[in-house]
Amino acid sequence: MQTLMIPEIGHFALIIALLMALVQGVMPLAGAATRRPLWMAYGRPMATGQFLFLAIAYACLTASYLLDDFSVANVANNSNSLLPWYYKASAVWGNHEGSVLLWSLILGGWTFAVSRFSRELPRDMLARVLGVMGLVSVGFLAFVLVTSNPFERLLPNVPQDGADLNPLLQDFGLIVHPPMLYMGYVGFSVVFAFAIAALLGGRLDAAWTRWARPWTNVAWAFLTVGIALGSWWAYYELGWGGWWFWDPVENASLLPWLAGTALIHSLAVTEKRGAFKSWTVLLAISTFSLSLMGTFLVRSGVLTSVHAFANDPSRGLFILVLLGITVGLSLLLFALRAPRVSHQVGFSWLSRDALLLINNILLVIMTVTVLLGTVYPLLLDAMNLGKISVGPPYFNALFVPLTVVLCLFMGLGPLARWKRTDGRDLLKRSWLAGLLALIIGALAPLLYRGEWNLQVSLGVLISLWVVLPMARDLWAKTRHSSGRLAGAKRLSLAYWGMILGHLGVAVTIIGVTVVSNYAIDRNVRMGVGDSVELAGYTFTMTELGSRRGPNFLADFAEIEVRRGDSQRSFAMTPEKRLYLARGMPMTDVALRPGLFRDLYVAMGEDLEDGSWAMRLQYKPFVRWLWLGGLLMAAGGILAVADRRYRRTATARDPEQGPAAEPREATA
Amino acid sequence: MKRRLLLLLPLLGFLVLGGFLYQGLSMNPFDRDSALMAREFPAFELATLEDPERTVDASLLEGEVTLVNVWGEWCPTCKQEMPQLLDLADRGVRLIGVDYKDTREKGREFLAEFGNPFEVNVFDPEGTLGFDLGVYGAPETFLVDADGIIRYHHTGYIKPDDVRETILPEVEKWRD
Repeated sequence: MQTLMIPEIGHFALIIALLMALVQGVMPLAGAATRRPLWMAYGRPMATGQFLFLAIAYACLTASYLLDDFSVANVANNSNSLLPWYYKASAVWGNHEGSVLLWSLILGGWTFAVSRFSRELPRDMLARVLGVMGLVSVGFLAFVLVTSNPFERLLPNVPQDGADLNPLLQDFGLIVHPPMLYMGYVGFSVVFAFAIAALLGGRLDAAWTRWARPWTNVAWAFLTVGIALGSWWAYYELGWGGWWFWDPVENASLLPWLAGTALIHSLAVTEKRGAFKSWTVLLAISTFSLSLMGTFLVRSGVLTSVHAFANDPSRGLFILVLLGITVGLSLLLFALRAPRVSHQVGFSWLSRDALLLINNILLVIMTVTVLLGTVYPLLLDAMNLGKISVGPPYFNALFVPLTVVLCLFMGLGPLARWKRTDGRDLLKRSWLAGLLALIIGALAPLLYRGEWNLQVSLGVLISLWVVLPMARDLWAKTRHSSGRLAGAKRLSLAYWGMILGHLGVAVTIIGVTVVSNYAIDRNVRMGVGDSVELAGYTFTMTELGSRRGPNFLADFAEIEVRRGDSQRSFAMTPEKRLYLARGMPMTDVALRPGLFRDLYVAMGEDLEDGSWAMRLQYKPFVRWLWLGGLLMAAGGILAVADRRYRRTATARDPEQGPAAEPREATA
Repeated sequence: MKRRLLLLLPLLGFLVLGGFLYQGLSMNPFDRDSALMAREFPAFELATLEDPERTVDASLLEGEVTLVNVWGEWCPTCKQEMPQLLDLADRGVRLIGVDYKDTREKGREFLAEFGNPFEVNVFDPEGTLGFDLGVYGAPETFLVDADGIIRYHHTGYIKPDDVRETILPEVEKWRD
């Protein structure tokens, strides 16, 4: 195996990709500045080539993993011959070097997609967009090659076997979580590139926002799914049933999400009304900057986190320099080129414009809150004021009230009209929804648990306040002479996307509120034959045993669960695994999922007298958390499918005459 | 003009944040050590790898500057590191091994195959001493002075360059 040249081919392909990215970053930008069509034309072929060679490099690393080539340091440190093949393939991104390579590959993929699906763009705009993306890619490929080469060999002392993949990462959630997250992070580079291109070209009109919107929505949808998957993975894999920890790494993904959410809304205002132009550009820069900063925080190990990746200060410095150049130059460009005169587009303080402005302000405040909480320990430490850690109380105390206020405005947003809304009309269309939300919210905890609870009431109230006015609006809009269905078909997909997205927020809020208030958690000692009752379920241990997995040994318990006096029962089998290569113990949780409740059983310690410490949990509505995330993402994707974005474009390049002949764009 | 200055605000904000991040970066590598640096080596009572009957404790480390290396047969990087450790032993540095999360048989095989630079090896099959030391993985190396105080911590593989550039100077620094 060791004589195979696959890693060298991969390394070489990576170098070629870097060179192509360099050409892609320089030539089209220079061409756009000097108006040379030939130079500008470099963008598209280079984007294709770069993506191709990145795919080759990535395939080579995957091949080294699948072939157990332990002469490659990356493989030796993160894989093992006993690992099942699908974990070998996903182990590629379960470590620092491989995940940065995946990051670069995905960036190459987005660039390639932009070069394919933007044929209606003016030539100089496309050249600038591809140029900016090429430059970002140069930075990351240089980072991979200089500090994090995944193809480094361990020669001549080739290990017999690998150190194995961290058992926490041997899981389906991990197979899909990072790629989704990176699709989101990196996807924001597209809107960033559009914003920079607009600044460079001095054309800060509504056009660039219309081109950038579908890309932004897709990236945002991926990021949403990625965050939801991460939360789901933490829930069942870390073994203690939490679903959000305000951990720096989680915050690093939440920051671009919050900014991205603000951006999606602000793009809408700029496209429809031509307002908030500078603000939208600034948000586009900030969203991608926060994605980069998330990468920096995670990769440099500046903040301690449960997601420990290899910490290497030289890598941290490289990313920080990269971050400094990218963000610093963009913000400088922004300061120099943002429209000098603010084009006042008038709107009254009661209008959709104004509500979206408030939405943006609140989301930015939330972003800053999370950012401060995340870096605050670092700031104090840097100023020698001691080490502290900012915990969930800080985040909850600020984030929860802000969410409530945000939802209050969210309920009104879809009802309001652009430019000016009549207050009485707005009241007429929302008072019933408000009243219903208030009544149901007040009664919900009583009906569900027989005891009043302020937090639950508030949670239900604001979710209903988001959903009900929207439902009323939908009812009014689907009124049609040939029936409701025909009316529903008439509505634009963008509108449906908005509905779904907002519904997702409401569903997530219900999930968060109910599970935070009504979850039950018990630690018990159980032996064979013992029974424990929890939330109306009887858990009986019927068997204790051990088994051997592909790369681990496991103690397992068989638990029979019965609801009330029901005749039907089902079995749950939690395991305590010992992964052989690393000698690392792991809890494999048994879950019984349901739309309205999860049952959760984890094995703790062997108590030596034939019994085990067991952790039993009852988690009502916990699925709603992730269901809401999926709904939001679906909303984002649905809006992209709107006809508006597929319309034949007749954009013209003002300097070059007609651009490429109009054709159907697929984005 | 005023508005132009306003537009510079995001850049300024970012520069301040970047400055802090840079400072954070330079503090970072020793973050993990701060809990152990200048503290006594954690107390332990464990059998040796060589002789299951013989137990040793932290007094083993007193009287001379000692390098404590945490290793295991299961760890490929530890094999890479052995030549450097043998080199250090040849240069008169006292080395104590901690055979971390290993079996006796495998640990002995490892020493037989790759050489034994250690005066004695503490056998830590459960990883209790490793846990007290805050070890993330093997190899990790601690420099303990003659009073049993931890003075230096090296995470991961000691490269051939590290022997001359960092390890030997640190040993010399704490010898007096």
